[in-house]
Amino acid sequence: MSNAPVDHGRRRFLTIATSVVGGVGAVGVAVPFIASWNPSERAKQAGAAVTADISKLEPGQLIRVEWRGKPVWIVKRTAETLQQLEETEKNLRDPGSDVAQQPAYAQNQHRSIKPEIFIAVGICTHLGCSPTYLPNDFSAQVEGIQAGFFCPCHGSKFDMAGRVFQGVPAPTNLVVPPHMFIDDNTIVIGEDEGAV
Amino acid sequence: MFKNLMSWIEYRLPFMDKMNLHVMQYPAPKNFNFWYFFGSLAMLVLVNQIVTGIWLTMNYEPSAEGAFASVEYIMRDVDYGWLLRYMHSTGASAFFVVVYLHMLRGMMYGSYQKPRELLWIFGMLIFLVLMAEAFMGYLLPWGQMSFWGAQVIIGIFGTIPFIGEDLTLWIRGDYVISGATLNRFFALHVIALPLVLVILVFLHIMALHEVGSNNPDGIDIKKDNDGTVEQTEADKKFTFHQYFTRGGKKVIVDAIPFHPYYTVKDLVGVAGFLLVFAWVIFFLPEGGGYFLEPPNFEPANPLKTPAHIAPVWYFTPFYAILRAIPHPFMGAVAMFAAIIALALLPWLDRGKVRSIRYRSGLHKINLINFCISFVALGVLGVLPAEGVYTLLAQIFSFTYFGFFVLLFFYSKNENTKPLPVRVT
Repeated sequence: MSNAPVDHGRRRFLTIATSVVGGVGAVGVAVPFIASWNPSERAKQAGAAVTADISKLEPGQLIRVEWRGKPVWIVKRTAETLQQLEETEKNLRDPGSDVAQQPAYAQNQHRSIKPEIFIAVGICTHLGCSPTYLPNDFSAQVEGIQAGFFCPCHGSKFDMAGRVFQGVPAPTNLVVPPHMFIDDNTIVIGEDEGAV
Repeated sequence: MFKNLMSWIEYRLPFMDKMNLHVMQYPAPKNFNFWYFFGSLAMLVLVNQIVTGIWLTMNYEPSAEGAFASVEYIMRDVDYGWLLRYMHSTGASAFFVVVYLHMLRGMMYGSYQKPRELLWIFGMLIFLVLMAEAFMGYLLPWGQMSFWGAQVIIGIFGTIPFIGEDLTLWIRGDYVISGATLNRFFALHVIALPLVLVILVFLHIMALHEVGSNNPDGIDIKKDNDGTVEQTEADKKFTFHQYFTRGGKKVIVDAIPFHPYYTVKDLVGVAGFLLVFAWVIFFLPEGGGYFLEPPNFEPANPLKTPAHIAPVWYFTPFYAILRAIPHPFMGAVAMFAAIIALALLPWLDRGKVRSIRYRSGLHKINLINFCISFVALGVLGVLPAEGVYTLLAQIFSFTYFGFFVLLFFYSKNENTKPLPVRVT
């Protein structure tokens, strides 16, 4: 053992340097453990955005696509239907879509990017049943309104912008998923990067 | 020969010395009442959970496709599988029963006060880990309430501004609760959290033995050896480990060795507990729908929400606070604050007198207020959040937090009774 005097400054430097390098190593090792909790590539694949072609969609027609295991509706609304969105407002729970059930770009009266094309997750916000689309017979549910969505499970009613009526069990409007138009006839559901 | 072997070991690992320190020559106050059963009972339930849990994993299949069926398989086809599962599921509820009573004991007798703050903190950490453990375990049967309960609880993290959405995605490992979520919860439930729990229990007991057990009178049994302390004949009868007298600086009075006196007494508690525990397992294993909720007998279905989602009973007091606040994130903050407030008790209570026996009438009323608020919130957490229930939940959340606020103010100059010199 050497009896050389202890250089405290040097010893402190070595202690700190070792701690810092060790700490960086520990953080580095933690990365894979934390990152492994992220959705796997397979989960990302299964949850990826879906593309829908709407070139053959007739006015008044509804088509369903599946996204993340949920039915997503694409409806082409007629001019009359769009007009009636105004009339229903006094009977709605949240006519201004104040509850964030839609991306910011769909927080408008028609709750969509293009007024005639309506996209929503077809699951009732009450207990998750899928409401029925009534293109012509909705007036039996709400006087004077031709088209709407009616949930057969507990009688919740939504207008043609997926806005919930008052006095039904469903608390909020239908969910509008993130979506964007690639061109006039192609919609991507589940992604809105760069969309307006 | 045997003696030689023992001393050979003792020299290398002082096992008997540690046994004496913590069991045979540990001085415990002689006046423990039935409230002191619940610590050892919590240990018993922990052992029950670990043993039955290990056996359940032998037949359980942690996958979204197989989990529900494997639990049915355990219940119907595995010999005594139903018993092992009911011991485990009833054990979860029993764990919270004894832990809540154990915590109430600590509150009544001021067992969190100086110098037992760290002991109390370890206890609160155990409580937190226990809640995480119970929550993750409840997902594993992959029933409807497993799924939707987890949906609600993970949703709480989603209310955190800015990072909430990404955080829930990270917790689930998928865009919805899926097999990925189930698998990681399984790993945490059977390996990670039990290890943490056992380590925390060890630290809890080590911290307890360092500062010594409190007692219903809340006075110290280790007196300063200043020559004025008189030991009775009974006090002189027992030898305690020299560690506790701090080399003659302390005199121990009114204490008895933990073993055999309290091991035998705790056995009586164990017998009484097991009587009730076994009765529930055999005659009321679902706890009337409160231990195992009816929707959980249906497999998880992401497209169908149960009519009414209520957490298991032991979470409901905190769940009621969450729902009482209209703003989702503030509700989550209030719920968390309800637990933090408990953890801060050693500092919120500025009193010097520990036991409720010698504290003011105001303190007694306040503690009763706390108990009523807690139980009322527990009941309200099971009921749907509508109309008068929401208002009641708000009132009782207010009185719950009121307990801590009031305590902080009156405990500074509290009108207490004189403390006895020796335990009564």
